[in-house]
Amino acid sequence: MPWILRGLREGIVTSRYPRRPDGFGDGFRGAIQVVSGPEPGIQEAPGARPGADAELVELCPTRAIEAEGDEVRVDRGRCVLCGRCVASRPDRFAFSPSVETSALTRAALVVPEIEEDDAALAALRAQLHRRVRALRRSVHIRHVDAGSDGAEEWEVAALGNPLYDVQRLGIYFTASPRHADVLLVTGAGTIGMAGPLRATYEAMPEPRVVVAAGTDAVSGGLIHPSYATEGGVGAAVPVDVWVPGSPPSPFSLLHGILLGIGVLQDARAPS
Amino acid sequence: MKGAALSRQVDPELLAESVAEELRSGARFAALAAAGSPDASTTLRAILARGRALEMLEARLTRGRTSYPALTPLVPAAGWYEREIHDLFGIEPVGHPRLDPLVLPLPLGAPRPRPGDPRRFGHVELDTAPLPGHVSGEGVFTIPYGPVRSGIFESVEFLVETTGEEIPHLRTRVYHKHRGLDRRFGELDVGDALLLAERVEGTSSVAHALAFSQAVEAIAGVEAPRPAQLVRTLHAELERIASHLDSMVRHTEGGGQAVAYARLSRHKEEVLRLRARLCGHRFGRGVVVPGGVTGALQIEPGDTLRDLRMLEAAIAEDCRALMATPSFLDRLRGTGMLPPEIVLAHGALGPVARGSGLADDVRAARPYGAYRFLDFEEASGFEEGDALARQRVRLAEIDQAFHLARQALEELAGTPGPSWRVALGPLTGGALSSVEAPQGELLYLVEVEGGRMRRVKPRCASFHNLALFPQAFRGDIFTDFVFIEASFGVSMAGVSG
Repeated sequence: MPWILRGLREGIVTSRYPRRPDGFGDGFRGAIQVVSGPEPGIQEAPGARPGADAELVELCPTRAIEAEGDEVRVDRGRCVLCGRCVASRPDRFAFSPSVETSALTRAALVVPEIEEDDAALAALRAQLHRRVRALRRSVHIRHVDAGSDGAEEWEVAALGNPLYDVQRLGIYFTASPRHADVLLVTGAGTIGMAGPLRATYEAMPEPRVVVAAGTDAVSGGLIHPSYATEGGVGAAVPVDVWVPGSPPSPFSLLHGILLGIGVLQDARAPS
Repeated sequence: MKGAALSRQVDPELLAESVAEELRSGARFAALAAAGSPDASTTLRAILARGRALEMLEARLTRGRTSYPALTPLVPAAGWYEREIHDLFGIEPVGHPRLDPLVLPLPLGAPRPRPGDPRRFGHVELDTAPLPGHVSGEGVFTIPYGPVRSGIFESVEFLVETTGEEIPHLRTRVYHKHRGLDRRFGELDVGDALLLAERVEGTSSVAHALAFSQAVEAIAGVEAPRPAQLVRTLHAELERIASHLDSMVRHTEGGGQAVAYARLSRHKEEVLRLRARLCGHRFGRGVVVPGGVTGALQIEPGDTLRDLRMLEAAIAEDCRALMATPSFLDRLRGTGMLPPEIVLAHGALGPVARGSGLADDVRAARPYGAYRFLDFEEASGFEEGDALARQRVRLAEIDQAFHLARQALEELAGTPGPSWRVALGPLTGGALSSVEAPQGELLYLVEVEGGRMRRVKPRCASFHNLALFPQAFRGDIFTDFVFIEASFGVSMAGVSG
């Protein structure tokens, strides 16, 4: 009896995301974005340092920054959010508060976006949409750790706490891959987990969706290159949704899962 | 080496006997680490804790020498360390009772990664053949539990040999998650190595950044400014609260205490959110750097104090109710018994040790940073040795963590225009440092040459304690497994390396 009252005491604390944006989620350091560069067509001031592009590239411990001429891009799939670029070049880089950072292709994690074949992306989107049509209202997730640092598991587990409560969205975690629709993979893709990961994937019924959760799972992050990892989980299983972050916050994970099962659309989808 | 009160060279032939002699005279075995050199020699370092100091015995194996008399027959706690060194360096401890692969099962004769040796090393092929059973008898069978387990867990495989209900024999295989961190460290400079240190055990990022930074500071001969030490303590204690709450959450989940699970997991989330408000990161990454911290708290100490007090009251109230709920206590009482003599002989660490009456908190034994001047009391008086005692230790530590965090904030609120970071001079040398992570004593052995890492060896309490795990199953059955595991509070990432 005391526990029943205790459970009711604070009313509803659960987020309304994705129906409504969540204040906390939007205040979070979700990703790095590139801010204003030199205006096109304007002559560079005399004394501008030659080779400044190379300096920008060197800032990043995981080589997530690409610079070509005036074009500077950040590959969020490599970024571990250390903030070194923001600290030393606040004129070029900033933290973005958005947690909706997942993408359906690896290339789409690069910001600002590269001109991509829109038709190909639309075809990919439609194909995923057809595959997951039956899942949307009841989705079972099997999580597999393929060499994480342990923080990812905390964030995945957090999805079950009352603030996120993913069961309200018809999302459940399951122990058996036979019952699973979504394979949520964390970690840098260790060679020791390649076999068990592959076996888990094979045991899942069709249709199945694979979510690579976290920068380590996308690219290996800081762990790569290493003799014991494959630079992300994409080498072992075919990935449908790429979620950056080190670790990805629960809201980022939720965004990735909802993207994978077609409840949300990716940022580049025509509205 | 800095950070070790005593450093002594011994002949590899005499290493085992020398370590055993130290233990007989009252020292605790803390670690055995190896480092490779480009000249193909290998240095073995045994680390011992004696009272308020750490001591080190060094034995150098020259090129071509690939074996030495094992420590394990005399010092059983060295068992996992020697297996790890055998995996990574190919050096054989002669006389080791059970040299099964631990973190990297390579085929016989395959080249080894040899962390510390800068020569190139390519990919490896694992030999993942199943292990033969140890227990024989009628009806005995082996259940492989893992590496993909029933729930949201880090990957690890437990081989349970059983006749049904009881768990007479258990083996732990941890290689699945091995990321090759030791070798990766050797490719980095100080700044990048710090980022990697934060990812050795991602749930204890602050403790790792702190231990690594303290080692680098010892090499540079500097000390972090006092306000920076306070910020470090604040983050380290919030990390401890989150980690201990995580252990409590796992217990309530296992025990089917739905409301307690919901409430405690919410408190844990609120702690992570508070940390995100303080520094922008839910796990406190990017705060601690060699020389100090990256900057001031992002919210006013006064506001933080208010949030902290509310959290403290909410957590204390729910935990008090939980510890008065018989259906919960019944699952923990007498479960996972670790008798004091086993804990003492193994030199167990953190709440696992303190739950069996062994006092060994680094913050009390070898105070560092702000723990030298803040008021703090080590959790003691818990001697039952069961899962319940370990949880009582964690609750006492949560109380103390709030107490420490409050003191740090109060002093920070009155600090005008502080300096957060001191510059580091040229970095060449070696140091050993230790901090109390949520799981227990965390050691860092750091060797650096001109700002580049030569060898970094983190020794996580998880690694040391997990070797003791099978010993906690005397008379316990399968349904106790979840509690025993949660009460150990181990991070597998830190075990596998």
